[in-house]
Formats: sequence, structure tokens, C-alpha cells
Amino acid sequence: MAISVIVPNALTPYTRGVGTLVVTEPCTTVADALAAVAARLPALTDRVLTEQGELRRHVNVFLGDESIRFLDGLQTTVDEGATITIVPAVSGG
Amino acid sequence: MTTPTRSSGPAAGDVLVLVGTMKGAFIFSSDKSRRKWRVDGPHFPGEAVYSIAYDSRGGRTRTLVGAHSNHWGSTIRLSDDFGRSWTGPERQAVRFPESSGLSLAQVWQITPGRADEPDVVWCGVEPACLFESRDAGESWEPVQGLLEHEHRPKWMPGGGGLCLHTIVTDPKNKQRMGIAISTAGFYRTDDGGKSWHPRNNGVRAVFLPNKYPEFGQCVHKVVNHPSRPERLFLQNHWGLYRSDDWGESWQDIANGVPSDFGFAMQMHPHDPDTVYIVPIQSDEFRVVPEGKLRVYRTTDAGKSWQPLTGGLPQHQAFENVLRDGLTADSSDPAGIYFGTRGGKLFGSADEGESWQELADALPPICCVKAAVVS
Repeated sequence: MAISVIVPNALTPYTRGVGTLVVTEPCTTVADALAAVAARLPALTDRVLTEQGELRRHVNVFLGDESIRFLDGLQTTVDEGATITIVPAVSGG
Repeated sequence: MTTPTRSSGPAAGDVLVLVGTMKGAFIFSSDKSRRKWRVDGPHFPGEAVYSIAYDSRGGRTRTLVGAHSNHWGSTIRLSDDFGRSWTGPERQAVRFPESSGLSLAQVWQITPGRADEPDVVWCGVEPACLFESRDAGESWEPVQGLLEHEHRPKWMPGGGGLCLHTIVTDPKNKQRMGIAISTAGFYRTDDGGKSWHPRNNGVRAVFLPNKYPEFGQCVHKVVNHPSRPERLFLQNHWGLYRSDDWGESWQDIANGVPSDFGFAMQMHPHDPDTVYIVPIQSDEFRVVPEGKLRVYRTTDAGKSWQPLTGGLPQHQAFENVLRDGLTADSSDPAGIYFGTRGGKLFGSADEGESWQELADALPPICCVKAAVVS
């Protein structure tokens, strides 16, 4: 079993075109999963997290169908087989 | 990462006008007559471009852009072929150290360093800090003397955020340079960036109980001329000033302007007595006074100012020009250019005597820089 991380089209230049990443490292939280991604693709997580490791203001991350902002944020626990989706928030002007 | 665009390259002697907008960057180019302009863009569509620069030192033809995605953050992108391709670092190169507790919000200024240090480039960012590149913009390090400045906890953000937006250098003294922060005021280093001291004596802070504090002024722009770097001109949040001693003291030079509020200020490329500004009505009504779009110019170092209106709308023109929206090329006679928040771009090939509208419906213009291709 593994965790899937779905990447928006805008960030696929930083994943060599891959839209769904598979994390096989042991993960307890969303932060662990993103750290595993960062180890392979640091340019991708630069766009998702700030230098302080916080989720950027206009980026949403979902675990299944639920935004982690309404769960425990990056410390939300993940189970084997979970799907994490990175989505640009509705914002702009 | 390289993104191909559809640009064709300007030739040596051509004039570039680089325009950063809220929705991307545009590159205007012309031959040296500056009568007919080509436009290429938008580059980075949808991203806010608060800073842009052209660097011809060291044989380069490098354009540097500070682009901000509302979603994915800010980064500096580079092009050595006038925008045909852009190289951006995979990692976001302007980064605060984790120990600082700070995260980059915006790149407000990119300034090539001294001519005799062709690989040095500076950038000013929000939250206020100065970064230095020693490889022509590829990688960046924060200037510790500002990052760890004892005043930092007391600096307050202005309307645009706590931004370091102005960088002035001294070609005669490598250890000395100045920066301006809104709202912290003007700071100078005399030891190559190790220590920074406020130099705001005489500059008013109308929004504070103490109108003349040591620091805390909302300086909007500072310029100097390489032939006389010790003399600075300053456009304040209310107030026009000149210093003849690298900021030790400032004198009011708002002589004959319709308002001393404004953002933009530009030094003439060849004459250290000539400066351009665009007065704005007030901080509460940030448009040009009387609906007349006027650039003001002094040719006597601020003793007097004269309006330049030839070809500019003088009726119902409620425009604003932001702090980096006014610039000059290095031609003789100099070309002067400015862009408005209403998306209009104007240029003058005769030092401001007459103006031509280069574009009338760009996205809101944040910054304009000009250069002659060498």
C-alpha cells in the first residue's frame, strides 16, 4: 500500500510531468507525506509550503474529500492507501 | 525550467522598456529613434510582477523578473534572450532561513550592483530584507545586518506590506549603500552591509505622534546619480526632500508642486540636477491632482519644479503612478517612461517635453524600467 499525492497541472513542470505521485515511505501525517515528496522534488514543495513549512495561503490540500484546514492541518494523520490532493484555492482578482 | 515564448530579439542600440503589471510582464522595444515600438508579452500571465531589471554588465543581456503567483509564491526568473526563454531556479532562490521565522511574500526591487562588480545583484523583498546575489541572479543570500536588525520588531507594514523597495548604491564607496523600507524609513550602511543606521533626520512622518522620529517614516522612493552619489532625492509619504550628505540631513524641496505626496521618482541619467516625479493628490485620494496627468521635473536640484504635459491627458485623467512606475533610458536625449495603475504606458524621447502613449490597456502597471541594448 502507498499514499497517492495528486498534483495540479500548474505544478507538473516540477514533477517531470507526473500528475500523481506515489509515496511509499512510512507516513503518519500529511506533513510526512509532503516531506517524502520534498526529498525527491523540492521545487514542487517550494510552491506548496513556505520556507517555514507552512501551507501557502492560497493552496489547499485535501485528504480524500476533506480540506486539511478543517482537520488537523499538516498534522492530519494519514492511512495507507490515502489520497492527498493539492489544489490551487479560488482566489485572485 | 525553460518556457519558450514568441519573442524576437532586439538588436544592439535598441531601447527596451520593461513593464511589470499585476498580470504579467511585457517587453517593449524600439530602435534608437523611439518612435515605433514592438511589444512582446505577457510573460508569466496571471502573475504579479512588482520588480523587473535589465543587466548589461559582464557582456550579458539579462532580464530579471520578480514574479509572484498568488498560489505558488514568488521567484526571480531570468532571460538572456529578451524573453524568448526564461530560466528560473527549480528551487525558489530567494528564501529566508528557517531560523528567521520569515517567509518571502514579494520581490519588490531588483538592482544590478556596481559596474566593477558585474556579478553582484541586489533584491529587496517583503517582509523587509535585502538579498545579495554574487552570480548575476542565480542564487541569493540574505544580508544578515538587515535580517537581524534590532529595529525589525518595531518596523510597521505600510499599505503595500512591510517592503524593502529601494536600493541606492555608491560607485565611489563600495562599503556604502542605502535602502528604503515602508514604513521604516531610509537606512544606510558604511561597512558593506554589516550594520545599518537610520538616516531620516528632517523627514516627516505625518501618521505618527512624533512627526520626526529616528525611524518609522514611510519613504516611497530615493534616487541618486552615480556622478554625485552623496546627494539623494526622496519622495516621501507626504514630502519631497534632498540630502547633500548621504542622508545625514534632509531639506524640504517641495517648491512649486501641486502636492508633495507621490510615489514615483526618477533621476535623469546624465544630469545630477534633474529629477522627475509624478505628484499625487493625497494619501486618501491617490490620483494625480485635478485629473491632470502631469510629470514634474526639476533641473536645479529641487529649487523649482515644472510640469511636463505635452501629449498627456489633462482632463478627467484620474491616474496613479506607483513607486517604480517611472523610469529613464540612458540615451541622449534621455527617454522617460511611466506606467499607470490604469494600464497606460507613456514614453518621451525628448526628456519629457512631449509624450507618446505606448499602450492604453495593459493590466495595472507596477513597475517600468528602461535600458539601451549594448
